[in-house]
Amino acid sequence: MSPLLELVLARLREFFREPAAIFWTYGFPTVLALALGIAFSGGSDPKSIPVAVTEGPLQSLRVQQLQEDPALAVTATSETEALSRFQGARIVLAVSGGQAVSYRFDPTNPEADAARRRVDDRLQRAAGRTDALVTEDRPVDSPGSRYIDFLVPGLVGMNVMSSSMWGIGYALVEARKRKLLKRLAATPMKRSHFVGSFLIARMVFLATEVATILVFAELVFDVHIQGSVLAATLLSIIGAMAFAGLGLLAASRTTSTETVSGLMNLIMMPMFVLSGVFFSASHFPDWMQPFIRPLPLTLLNDGLRAVINEGAGTGDVLLPLAALGTGALATLALGLRWFRWT
Amino acid sequence: MPLAISVRGLVHKYGDVTAVDGIDLEVREGECFGLLGPNGAGKTTTVEILEGLLVPTAGEVRVLGQSWNGNADALRQRLGIALQETTLADRLTVREIVRLFRSFHTRGLDPDAILATSGLTAKKDAWVMKLSGGQKQRLAIACALVGDPDLLFLDEPTTGLDPQARRELWEVVGDVVRRGKTCLLTTHYMEEAERLCHRVAIVDRGKVIALGTPGELIGRLGGSQVLEFGSSPEMSAPALEGLPGVTEARHVLDRWRLTVNAAHEAVPALLERLRQHGAELTALSTHQASLDDVFVAMTGRTLRGEA
Repeated sequence: MSPLLELVLARLREFFREPAAIFWTYGFPTVLALALGIAFSGGSDPKSIPVAVTEGPLQSLRVQQLQEDPALAVTATSETEALSRFQGARIVLAVSGGQAVSYRFDPTNPEADAARRRVDDRLQRAAGRTDALVTEDRPVDSPGSRYIDFLVPGLVGMNVMSSSMWGIGYALVEARKRKLLKRLAATPMKRSHFVGSFLIARMVFLATEVATILVFAELVFDVHIQGSVLAATLLSIIGAMAFAGLGLLAASRTTSTETVSGLMNLIMMPMFVLSGVFFSASHFPDWMQPFIRPLPLTLLNDGLRAVINEGAGTGDVLLPLAALGTGALATLALGLRWFRWT
Repeated sequence: MPLAISVRGLVHKYGDVTAVDGIDLEVREGECFGLLGPNGAGKTTTVEILEGLLVPTAGEVRVLGQSWNGNADALRQRLGIALQETTLADRLTVREIVRLFRSFHTRGLDPDAILATSGLTAKKDAWVMKLSGGQKQRLAIACALVGDPDLLFLDEPTTGLDPQARRELWEVVGDVVRRGKTCLLTTHYMEEAERLCHRVAIVDRGKVIALGTPGELIGRLGGSQVLEFGSSPEMSAPALEGLPGVTEARHVLDRWRLTVNAAHEAVPALLERLRQHGAELTALSTHQASLDDVFVAMTGRTLRGEA
C-alpha cells in the first residue's frame, strides 16, 4: 500500500462522492456555456432592430419604406407612445412622420446609433439617392470569431481558477478545522506525500473539467482548438498550479472555513470582472491595463484565446507560461513555509 | 522495568496562561497509565507534547527512550494516537480510512483484522458520516492500532459518548491493555480510569496532585465508603465531630460528604445527631469510595468541574 496512492485515492473518492462539488465543477460551466452561447449566437436570424415612426402626414409611407428592410421591426405610434417605448428599450429609435426627418435616439448606445444610420440610409435611398459603389454584406459566423469562441476559453480559465482555489484552499481549512491535519501530522506520513496528493488529484480534476467544457463546446457550438493542444494543456496545468498556490496561501494558517471563503472570494472576484471572462479586458481604460494584464487569470485567458481562437503554438505563449509558472512556484513555496498543521 | 515515557519538570505556556506547570511522569512498559483530571487541567496539552505535536516551554521528555528532537520520524512509526474529537473524512468508508492510516506505517497489522477487534467489521463499507459517536471513536482507535504501535495514546476516548457506547469502547481498550500494550489514557471519568488503568496520576491546574494505583489512592481516603447527605437546616462542622466510623467530613456545594469505614455505625449515629439538632434529612446516599472522592478530598471540587 503506497501512502501517496492511498492519499490520492482518498482525495478522488471524497470529491466524486460529493454531488455539489461535481455540479459546480462540471455542470455549472457547461450550463453557463450553453446559456450564453444560445443568448449571444442568436441562430441564423440576426436580431431585428425595434424602430417607431411617429404621427405625421408621411407616417404610413415611411413605415412602408422601412419595412422593406427585414432587419428592422417597424411600428407606427404616437409621439408620446414612442417616448414611453424608449423605456425598457422596446424601441431604440423614433423617426418623425413629418416633412422634415428627425431621429430620436441615445447616441451613446451603439445599437441605436447603428439603427439611426441604417434607417437614414433606407430613407435617403427611397428618396432617390443612389449608391456610388455596389456593396455586399457577408456575415461572419465562421468558427473562431463568434462570441461563443471568445467565451469558451474564458470559461475554461474561470473554471481552472475557481476549482483550483476551492479544491485546495477550502479542503485544507476544512481538514484543519476537523483536526484531521493534526491527526495526520501525528502519523509517520511524509509531508511531501500529503502535498503531492493534493496536486496530483488536482491534475485529475483539471483534465476532466477542461475536457468537459472543450468537448461540450466542440459538439454543441463547433468551437475548435485552432492552435496547439500541447500549448492549451500546458497553460491549463501551469495556470492550475498558480491558482492552487494562491489557494494554499489563503489556507496556510486559516482555521475557519468562513474566513478562507472570504479570502478566496476577495482574490477571485476582481479577476472574474477584470480578466476577460465574459467580455474583453481591453474594454477597461488604458490606465487600468497595467494592473489587469499581470493578473493570473488575464494571463491564462489571453493565452488560451491565443491558442484556441487564433491558432497559437507553444512558442507563442511562452511569456504567460513563464509568468504563471513563476507565480505558481512562489505561492506554493510561501504557502508551504507558512503552513500550520494545527 | 523499562520506561515507555519519562517526563521531568514539564512546563507549557500559551501566552500568559500556564497550562502545564511542572509535571513529572513515568510510564512503565506494558502498563496502562491514566491522566485523570477535570477539563482544562492540562491533560491534553501534556499528551500533545508527548505525541510530538507541541514543543514544551520547558522540561525534559523521553518517549520510548528517545527525545523528539531529531527522532520524530522514527518515533511516529512506533506510536498510535487517538486525538480528542477528530472527525475523519466524512465520505470515506471505514475500511478506506484504516487502509490509509496503515499505508503511513512501514510495518503494521492487517486492516481487516483491526476492524474485527474494534467491532467494526459490519460497518467496514459505511461512510464515516453514517457512523454513531461510539463507532467513530472505535474507528479512531482502529487507526491508532493499525501501525501496531509500541505505545498507544488515547485522549479522552469516551467523552461525549452514551453509557452503552462507553462500555463497548472500554471492552475494545480493555482487550488492548490485557494484551500488554503500553497505553497512556486521559479521561475525566473516574470509572474509566478505575476500570482500565494500572496506575493513575490525578492532574489539576497543570500539576500532578496524586499518583498511584486506583486502589492505593482510594485507600488513602481512610475509608471504603462515602456517605453524602443534605439537611435543613444545614449542619455545622462542630456538630458533626466525633461521629463513630467517620474518618473525614467535607462540605461540597450544599452537601456534606463523610468518608466512612464502618457504615453500620456511622449511619445510625448521624441520624441521631440530626435529631438532636432538630435538623431534617433532605438527601442521603452512600457509595463505594472512588477516584472522584479522592479528587474531591484533595481539591474540594468534583471532577466534573462543579464548585
